[in-house]
Formats: sequence, structure tokens, C-alpha cells
Amino acid sequence: MNMSAELESLTFEFPGTQVVAGFAPVLVGVVGSGNLEVLLEAGAGASCRFDVQTSARGFGTIWAAVCRDFHLRHPLAGVRVSIHDMGATPAVVSLRLAQAAAEIAA
Amino acid sequence: MNAPLVWDTQRRSRAARLERARRVTPGKQVEAGNIGALLQAVIESGDRVCLEGNNQKQADFLARALTALDPAAVHDLHMVQSVLALPEHLDVFENGIASRLDFSFSGPQGARLAQLVSGGRIAIGAIHTYLELFARYFVDLTPNVALICAQAADREGNLYTGANTEDTPAIVEATAFKSGIVIAQVNEIVDVLPRVDVPAGWVDFVVQSPKPHFIEPLFTRDPAQISEIQVLMAMMAIKGIYADYGVQRLNHGIGFDTAAIELLLPTYGESLGLRGKICQHWALNPHPALIPAIEAGWVKSVHSFGSELGMEAYIRARPDVFFTGADGSMRSNRAMCQAAGHYACDLFIGSTLQIDLAANSSTATLGRIAGFGGAPNMGADARGRRHASPAWLKAGQQARAGLQGARGTPRGQKLVVQMVETFREHMQPAFVETLDAWTLAEQARMPLPPIMIYGDDVTHILTEEGIANLLLCRSDEEREQAVRGVAGYTAVGLGRDRAMVENLRDRGVIQRPEDLGVDPRLATRNLLAARSMRDLVDASGGLYAPPGRFRNW
Repeated sequence: MNMSAELESLTFEFPGTQVVAGFAPVLVGVVGSGNLEVLLEAGAGASCRFDVQTSARGFGTIWAAVCRDFHLRHPLAGVRVSIHDMGATPAVVSLRLAQAAAEIAA
Repeated sequence: MNAPLVWDTQRRSRAARLERARRVTPGKQVEAGNIGALLQAVIESGDRVCLEGNNQKQADFLARALTALDPAAVHDLHMVQSVLALPEHLDVFENGIASRLDFSFSGPQGARLAQLVSGGRIAIGAIHTYLELFARYFVDLTPNVALICAQAADREGNLYTGANTEDTPAIVEATAFKSGIVIAQVNEIVDVLPRVDVPAGWVDFVVQSPKPHFIEPLFTRDPAQISEIQVLMAMMAIKGIYADYGVQRLNHGIGFDTAAIELLLPTYGESLGLRGKICQHWALNPHPALIPAIEAGWVKSVHSFGSELGMEAYIRARPDVFFTGADGSMRSNRAMCQAAGHYACDLFIGSTLQIDLAANSSTATLGRIAGFGGAPNMGADARGRRHASPAWLKAGQQARAGLQGARGTPRGQKLVVQMVETFREHMQPAFVETLDAWTLAEQARMPLPPIMIYGDDVTHILTEEGIANLLLCRSDEEREQAVRGVAGYTAVGLGRDRAMVENLRDRGVIQRPEDLGVDPRLATRNLLAARSMRDLVDASGGLYAPPGRFRNW
């Protein structure tokens, strides 16, 4: 079965203020039903860019709000966030993002 | 001159019923095959009948016998029982034997009950809390006939209820001392009982059921199904509420959310140095999930509404913790434990299906009339309480700070916490503008919407987004924004006034995990003291014997 045809791709970008000194990529979570994988890597420029691939279509507004709220808490600059989602609830998405941010802060 | 008053009509009625029963059976013991004839002899049309339906154990044999009566001979019974658990509990209405109902909880029968009500087959008097229904047994809903359930009887008719005493004492007390008839189904008749839970003098007839009574393990939660979000919320409950108020005496509602808290006490709670400082006394069924905390020395006492299948040997081996008889087996009592939970506990925490902007909470959903059992008693401030404790005083101070007159008079308040993930399964929001309860009230022509816990009793709402402390809110507007401020990405949450929510956060009305110092990286299943049923068995030293459906080894 080709799942990729059913995936929805979303991109959000926010100007950041919190420059993170060079860090090794951080990966939290797993791609599984009701779960997701979040990858934080150093990115170009001074913004924080979110690339979301999700199997649950039609939740763009909620994704925008989740990413915006994360960025309000952690206004990262020069970071790329890649998300591979398999229908996680916003609660799980927020937890994964918080876990990833705690990893680069540690 | 008036006719002389008669003062013993009930006693005469009882004598006439017993006289008719003598044609069926000469003594107290009734053959199973004669049960229908006995019921027909002692039950009269229009009687109030309590068919013992508990949360867990069921008088199922007597229920089947009642449904088989001839409605031409026995009809218009008024059923007064706490739980409608079995199909037979509604068959008596469908078969034309009963017509009126006062109850507490209908759980799995909720949808069918709603259909029968809308079809005019059942007239509901009221939906009660457990304690409220038991109270009415002693005022205006006293049963004429009680059909009860026990583990064993002796030759005289003394009863041993076993660990699941549940409602039996309250039902028998009301019936036997108001000239009613008490009929007990038992699994076995023995020469010597382990102990006497109901004395023979209060019991009129005993029938040995062909099969042991049905009993449901309602309070077992497999730790394997607890999610990381539930771990995160449990961390917030322990650090942000239990530790903050120093909660020593509490009741947990049923569910995975509260099971997660129980399983985090010996790990996360221990790491915070909280052993002995919180959670020592419980009004709680013997939750298997509490085993690790008990074994780690957290728990001093547990009094229970009912028992739980598989916990018998473990309870027997821990008499300092549980209430047990001289024979060693557990004694539960729903009425007493409801009173304990209402008056002697400082905190209730439980889940719900819907919360509105005033923090009213309900599990009522469209097309179902389910009732709430004990939650409204546990989840309500005990206005009659007078003894103080640190947790109760602190909650009262927070609620009354700055108020004058009667509303400012010092008193404590019970902590009532609603713990929900903002979205339930299938992305159903837990926060709504209007509870389904309002529509349900119209559909079923109820005088009030079926609200489980009133907003003015709810002190805290706990979600994955944080804790809203409603005790600190000073206006309806603040309360609404506090609710919205933890409602996550539901429509209610997205509709928040962001500036006002940030202001509430600055005042400590809303606390986020980071405000509480809860590290999200610890929110994994590794933090659970048991991660599987097998772990619970091991924690009990092999004493806990889970029912087959929970065993995968």
C-alpha cells in the first residue's frame, strides 16, 4: 500500500530569537499509530521552520496553532523541525516537541 | 367518632405474604425450581422491589426469576435499585412486570433505558447518587421486597457476603426493619460460615442459585494501556496538586488517568520525597494498580465500596491496609465508603467526558440515560463537614480570600479535580460550549440536566496543557478563561483570550508543566511502577491473581 499519496504536507516558519549553538540532531518519538517522530536539526537563516507530514488530513489549523505555541515558548532561531505524524493527538505532538526542546537545552 | 386507627398494616401484609409463601416452602430454604412460585406468593402488584444490582456482584438468578413472572398476576412494580447492569434489569419493564424506576447508574444498559423511557415503558422517578438512593430507602423508597445476593448461607439463613458486600447491608436494613420480605440467592449453603455479614433474623428466604452469581472486575486497568500523556498528567497531579495541598486522604475515580497516578507514587512521588506526606488514606476499591504503592509503604488504609476479582488473597495478606473480617476476607460496604469518601476525604479526582465553560462536568451523552453512581458524592464539597485538615483548610482559604460576610466566613473546601485529555479518542473534544446533558434533559423530559459534577464544586481542571485552579478565580469571566486556558486545541481552547490567560498564568491560576517544574522527558512509560499485568502480579509477590481476560502469559 502506498501511504505517501494520502499524506498531507504542511510548512510553517516563524522568525526566531533564541539562537542555539551548534547541536547534534535530536530525534524523539517513533512513527507509529497515534504517535509521531520529531527531528530537530540546525537549519539555515534565523527562523524556525516546521515541515509536517501527517497521515491525518484536514487538521492544518490545529497544526498551525500547535507549532505557533511551541515557538512562543521556545523561539528557536536557525532550527528546522521535521515531523512525521501518524495521527497523534495535539497532546502527544506538544509533548514530543517539548521533549525535543528539552534535549537541545540540556 | 373516627374509626379506630390501624397501626400495623405493613406487619399484617408481611404476615399474609409469609402465609402464602408457606404453600411453596415450609422453611427458609427454597428449592431453585420453586423460586418463581415464591416470588409470586410474596410480591404484590405495585410493590417497591429492590433487585440487588450492584456495581459488581449481581443477584442474577433472582433477576431471571422476576422477569419470568406472569404480568397478569404481578405488575406495576416500582424498582428501586442502585445499578441496572443486566439485561434482566430492563426486561422486567419490557415484560410488563414493572413500570416505575428509581436508580443510580445504568452503565451498559444506558442506551436501552433511554429507548424504553422514550417509548413510555418506564417512568423514572429520579436518578440518584448511591448514597442518596440508600438514604431514600429509609425515607420514602423503602422496599416491600428485597432480592439480594450473597456468597453463602448457613442452615439458619445467616449470610456471608464475601468480599463484595457492596449494597447488601443498606438494602437489608431498610427492608427487614420496615416489615419487608428479604430473599437471598447464595452460591452455596454450608454448615458453618466464615463470618456472618447479615444475621438470619433479617432474612426470610434463601435459595441456592444453580450457578454462582455474576461478578464483574470493573476496577482493573492494564498498565500496558497507559499512555505517556497520562503519565505527564499524573506527574502534574502529584506535584501540582497532591504535594501542593498535602493531600493525605482521597478517592480516585475509575480509569487509566488515575491508575497512572497510583503507579507513579512509588517512582515519581518517591523522587520528590513525598512518601508519608501524601496519599496515606484511601476510600477506594482495591485497585490492582495501587499494589506497587502499598508494597512501597505509601498506604496506611484503604476502605472499599466493593472488592475486585483477583485481589482476594492479596487483601487477606494485608489486613493492616484493608478492612477484613476475623475470618481474614475483605468486608466492603458501599454506603459506608460513600460516606467516608464524602466526609473524610480531602480530594476526589476523576475523569469525565465533557466539561463546559462554567466547569460543569458530565458523562451523559445523547441517547443514553446512564446516571453517575457515586461520583457526585465523591466530587462534591461536603457542606456538613466540620473537622479540619491542612488540604481542606488551604482550599477553603483560596476560595474565600477577600470575601466578606457569610461567603467570607472561614471554612474549608474539598478538592475536586477533573482530569481529562483535551481530546478523547476519535478527536472528540472534552471541552464543549454546551453539555449534551441539556439536550438529553429535553429528550427525556428531566427536570434538570444530568450534570455529574457541578462547576461550583470543581476546584481544579487538569489536562495535558496544565492545571487550572478555579478556587483562585474571582469572576465568571476569569473562570471561563481558566477553563479555556487548559482546553488545548479544542474549539473552546482556541477561543481563549490569550492576554487574559497569560495574566491568569502570572497569578498562578493556570500552571503549565514547565511552571510546575515537570520535566517532559520523564513523561514516558518507564516512569510507571508497573508496566503490565504481569508486573502487578510480581509486585504483589504472586498474591494478585488477575482474571483470565487480563492474562496474556
